[in-house]
Amino acid sequence: MSRLANKFAELKASGRKALIPFITAGDPYPEFTVPLLHEMVAAGADVIELGVPFSDPMADGPVIQRASERALSHHVGLRKVLSMAMEFRKTDQDTPLVLMGYLNPIEIMGYEDFANAAQRADVDGVLTVDLPPEESEACVRMLRERGIDQIFLLAPNTTAERIQKMDAVGSGYLYYVSLKGVTGAGHLDTADVEQKLQLIRENTALPVGVGFGVKDADTAKTIAAIADGVVVGSALISKIEANLDDPQQAKHEIITLLKSMRAAMDV
Amino acid sequence: MTERYDMPDARGHFGPYGGIFVAETLMPAITELNEAYQRYMQDPEFIAELDADLRDYVGRPSPLYHAERWSRDLGGAQIYLKREDLNHTGAHKVNNTVGQALLAKRMGKTRIIAETGAGQHGVATATVAARLGLECVVYMGAVDVARQSLNVYRMKLLGATVVPVQSGSKTLKDALNEALRDWVTNIDNTFYIIGTVAGPHPYPAMVRDFQAVIGREARQQCLDQTGRLPDVLLACVGGGSNAIGLFYPFIDDKSVKMIGVEAAGDGVETGRHSAPLCAGRPGVLHGNRTYLMADDDGEIIETHSISAGLDYPGVGPEHAWLKDTGRAQYVNITDDEAMAGFHALTRMEGIIPALESSHAMAYAMKLAPTMRQDQIIVINLSGRGDKDMQTIMQREGISL
Repeated sequence: MSRLANKFAELKASGRKALIPFITAGDPYPEFTVPLLHEMVAAGADVIELGVPFSDPMADGPVIQRASERALSHHVGLRKVLSMAMEFRKTDQDTPLVLMGYLNPIEIMGYEDFANAAQRADVDGVLTVDLPPEESEACVRMLRERGIDQIFLLAPNTTAERIQKMDAVGSGYLYYVSLKGVTGAGHLDTADVEQKLQLIRENTALPVGVGFGVKDADTAKTIAAIADGVVVGSALISKIEANLDDPQQAKHEIITLLKSMRAAMDV
Repeated sequence: MTERYDMPDARGHFGPYGGIFVAETLMPAITELNEAYQRYMQDPEFIAELDADLRDYVGRPSPLYHAERWSRDLGGAQIYLKREDLNHTGAHKVNNTVGQALLAKRMGKTRIIAETGAGQHGVATATVAARLGLECVVYMGAVDVARQSLNVYRMKLLGATVVPVQSGSKTLKDALNEALRDWVTNIDNTFYIIGTVAGPHPYPAMVRDFQAVIGREARQQCLDQTGRLPDVLLACVGGGSNAIGLFYPFIDDKSVKMIGVEAAGDGVETGRHSAPLCAGRPGVLHGNRTYLMADDDGEIIETHSISAGLDYPGVGPEHAWLKDTGRAQYVNITDDEAMAGFHALTRMEGIIPALESSHAMAYAMKLAPTMRQDQIIVINLSGRGDKDMQTIMQREGISL
């Protein structure tokens, strides 16, 4: 069983939901990232989504765009992110780590070379924003052969037919993007999410994480009540951006926010 | 190979290139667009309306002009210019915006968005939006806003909102990113008019089909005027819409050589250029797989060209396919050479070309003298140069 499947099974058995923080690797500087990942795990993170910086993050809002730009200014690209993943794994063999980003870095490295490198770094999953299931066969095969899950995104306008496609090629979990738009936008409509989750559940048995619009302990709690996992990204990265002159303060605020979410989700 | 060329396949693939590589939120919109495009391109009423607009609003057919004096001066092949610069709004871009706007209207969309580099596509989009009374938002890199201020003003006059994009390199690719973000957010009422043969399927095929009127006319005009097909087609390639528009109707005419001219900026060897087909590698950007300018980490490299319309790190996937199969050749022309092409056409024929088109003119100056006087080159004169006056004055140290 993959580390992701195992983690979701374990959580289910204990009646808890996954807290899934997303941060951009190398933001605000490369040495900041791996210690932060460990502290997020200590604060209650179950799965980590580690963003691979990309020069053209078409599906991201301004907060994550700027995080990418800060990381790229330190030349943090896919190869560096893989080495961070490997470093993280040295002292944490339990927490699933998912790389999230865009397809081009993987294309340029080559699917097979990338899959091999991800396996060496003991990465658990790969979420590629601009790789729909129809185009994913070659990449998914390389990853699956090495025990790595390909995670797909679902949107509010995704049809039942497409959910089935993702169920067929995806594994680990599905990530429901609860808003039309880019990351960091707008507010959650819980009733909408609940209704959509029902349709998703009818078409897949994979665990479902929900993200976009999760800002604080209250929204985390609300989502935890209906989904299998809560993804929080822009709200964390905003802390980095607000404290660029004091990264330790940023880390402190991120950990405080995650702890408050964990506590609210576990009540 | 005797069978007819029939790319792309049903999912938009030109061999390994093209396809649909977008975030999930866009998938339903792209499916809806593809269905509408497939349906209306077969609809005689739609085609009749499009043809009437191209004739009465755009001013088609555009002439095929024999540049006799310039041909004589170069001392080789006869040069014919396809005068897309004479279209309404001054470039080939309007052929496509007229078509997509008719599609938007049929689909019941009330809001139009577009990206623009040089501003020609933005102006052509703002123009058709004004005519149809649709809301129009144009995304334009902040660098391009500064170097193409006349076109910015034209778009504003036409009632469009021009949004300067401050992210990344602040040029065309970033404008495209921002337009995609807008589309994903306002997907219900918004139609995204992409200006070139890039983006996810069906855009590369759809924009080509709207631009193919250039090549259809040119083919017939060349036959009418000279009694034969041309030997060489020349066109500049940024995203590649004017080039594919000229090339496409000739693809099965195996005797006709097709040459696309990319922007070499300071020279391909300096790394400061916009020539992905000549010096890039295959990757995925803006919804399709194609040749790109990317580093070893897959990050997109900033491009350089004197011409904003060619300043793009990717290229239409059909060009990638035509390159790999050898059906078309791709060469490159530096900023300095393009300037020489610009001045040559201006002084020899009294036609001021756009800096984009000047790249094709510059290559003709190299090629024509190597050919016989009974051979024919057709060049797509894709746009007029009025928009570039500021850039040229600055470069040549002239003030009025």
